[in-house]
Amino acid sequence: MQPVIELLVANHPGVMARITNLFSRRAFNLEGILCGPIGDGRESRIFLQVTEDDRLPRVLKELNGLHDVLGVMLRYDVPAGVFDPRRVGEMKMAS
Amino acid sequence: MKRTGAQIIAHLLTRQGVPFVSGIPGGANLPLYDALGAEGLPHVLARHEQGAGFIAQGAARATGRLGVCLATSGPGATNLVTALADAKADSVPVLAITGQVARPLIGTDAFQEVDTFGLTLPITKHNWLVRRAADLLDVLPEAMALAVSGRPGPVLIDVPRDVQLEAAEFERWPEPAQPAPKKPCDPAGVERFAAMLAAAERPILYIGGGVVASGASEQLTALARASSIPVVSTLMGLGAFPADDPLWLGMIGMHGTPAANRAMTEADLVVALGVRFDDRATGRLQAFCPEASVVHVDVDATEIDKLRAACLGLTADVGLVLDDLLPLVATRHRPIWRARVADLKARGSYPAPGADPARPQDLIGILGASLPEDAIVTTDVGQHQMFAAQHYPVRRPRGLLTSGGLGTMGFGLPAAIGAALACPGRQVVCVSGDGSILMNIQELATLAELDLPVTVVVLQNGGLGLVRQQQDLLFGGRYTASNFLRQPDLAAIARGFGLSAANLGASDDPLGLLAETLAGHRPSLLVAPVDQAEGVYPMVLPGAANHEMIEDRNHAACH
Ligand SMILES: Cc1ncc(C[n+]2csc(CCOP(=O)(O)OP(=O)(O)O)c2C)c(N)n1
Repeated sequence: MQPVIELLVANHPGVMARITNLFSRRAFNLEGILCGPIGDGRESRIFLQVTEDDRLPRVLKELNGLHDVLGVMLRYDVPAGVFDPRRVGEMKMAS
Repeated sequence: MKRTGAQIIAHLLTRQGVPFVSGIPGGANLPLYDALGAEGLPHVLARHEQGAGFIAQGAARATGRLGVCLATSGPGATNLVTALADAKADSVPVLAITGQVARPLIGTDAFQEVDTFGLTLPITKHNWLVRRAADLLDVLPEAMALAVSGRPGPVLIDVPRDVQLEAAEFERWPEPAQPAPKKPCDPAGVERFAAMLAAAERPILYIGGGVVASGASEQLTALARASSIPVVSTLMGLGAFPADDPLWLGMIGMHGTPAANRAMTEADLVVALGVRFDDRATGRLQAFCPEASVVHVDVDATEIDKLRAACLGLTADVGLVLDDLLPLVATRHRPIWRARVADLKARGSYPAPGADPARPQDLIGILGASLPEDAIVTTDVGQHQMFAAQHYPVRRPRGLLTSGGLGTMGFGLPAAIGAALACPGRQVVCVSGDGSILMNIQELATLAELDLPVTVVVLQNGGLGLVRQQQDLLFGGRYTASNFLRQPDLAAIARGFGLSAANLGASDDPLGLLAETLAGHRPSLLVAPVDQAEGVYPMVLPGAANHEMIEDRNHAACH
């Protein structure tokens, strides 16, 4: 399965910009992003689907170093289907 | 209690013991300025926000404590950006507080609105856009603690004007900010470190700014002497190890000593302390001590294995690691390695400077001999900076303040002002070039106003010397845009700002004039005309290995 980075973050505005900045600077593609608040909403959980890359260990370390990132885990057990955009794209628009 | 956002900031800064803040007021931070005035926190009015940022940096670099600078929204904030990026590159603890347009105007392209948060996100350790006055009670202590914790660095708080004016109700003030406890190392790691040292035949200590930041100079010196380990340093580590010790080999890298660069290639164990394997220090990385095992100690986990895989990587405070290591280190004499080191040193040191003030190397040497042990030297960026790094005997940690990672021209003068403010009674000299000095020349007004014992020595070579040198070596001597066609009278300019100033080239007794100026302990500027043809050598050309140094421009063609 594809590598997925699971992050626990402080749910501050701008936290997503900090995270994506680490990837965009290196032209390291994020294939999928899934994100939402957990608990009382002060924290969020983020799943980043990435491709296998030599730079992955380093990016994990840098993510860990971000002040708003509370936890980092690399997983290989997340089914790719959860990132499938068609799951939302093919929903009927409520009008 | 009821306080406005501005009052909260002013009070928390004052209570933290911040000695002064530097900055420039404007529409979006006027409420804060009003509150600062009421609180009585000393303020230094810079003449450009980049100057304010470097004044804060100068204070922080000279002391290791937090420097604070302020700017208004829009152009005020963008002017700070270079100083923040510079602080990030050299891990300097700075807090910037910027004004922002009022909340309802954010995102409307309002007057003097820029996305300060977005602009500074990649050049700060962390930054905040504060949306409620009450949040400042958490954010400000957190920011002040974060800047000085672990690997130090700049932080920024962007505060909309209406948040500065908003009143917050609260029960009590938050606890003062405390740096996070220093990160110790697990004993197993230290034991392995000791075992590797014991097994090594030709170990070498490769030290950098992290040793200075950690305050680990004493432990470093003790380790080197106990186990007879020669020491080389990056630009940022100069001053952490005594330059008169026989184990000292000097700076490594592009303009390092041949002794230091060669010793690195011969070592079997490289003990890398508070360094980041920067390309200016390592030369071509693949050829950087390829035979050696590396022990790398750094407080920042992201530095370990970043550019060079370490046999042993310890993420911890250098000083704490050395504290734990020292009792495990047996006295060693290493006679063969020491003899080799002495030989490398005898053949591969910089030529001793002479007494001709028209030679930049000599002038730096003369400054080194004239200044007291506790003097602080700042530099700008260029040949003069490298001459200072090569020939000024840095006698203590934080004795030489220079823009290493970002290499920012314009750093020297405001950094000197900040250092002089933070270290009353100590003499400060800024070694600058006739290119760099113009990049923050307006801070001469700040210097004159504050009447600080800062002497600016401008090595005047009629152009952008380091650029010329690179054009000489790499672009066939075609000096595109690196010569000045007219030379401003910098001494007259300085006098216009209210400094005492003179030109050494116009004096019959330049050495006497220099001594007299330094003894004056007041804002002063000396123009020192130097020979344009002098280059900084030895040099490792970009892409070359450190042991392939060229000795002068005539040898450039061979490589
Ligand atoms: C802000 C900035 N712009 C450009 C450069 C590129 N640069 C590096 S050294 C240098 C020349 C510096 O000239 P000067 O201050 O006169 O010092 P010299 O090399 O002549 O001693 C330049 C333009 C830089 N380091 N910083």
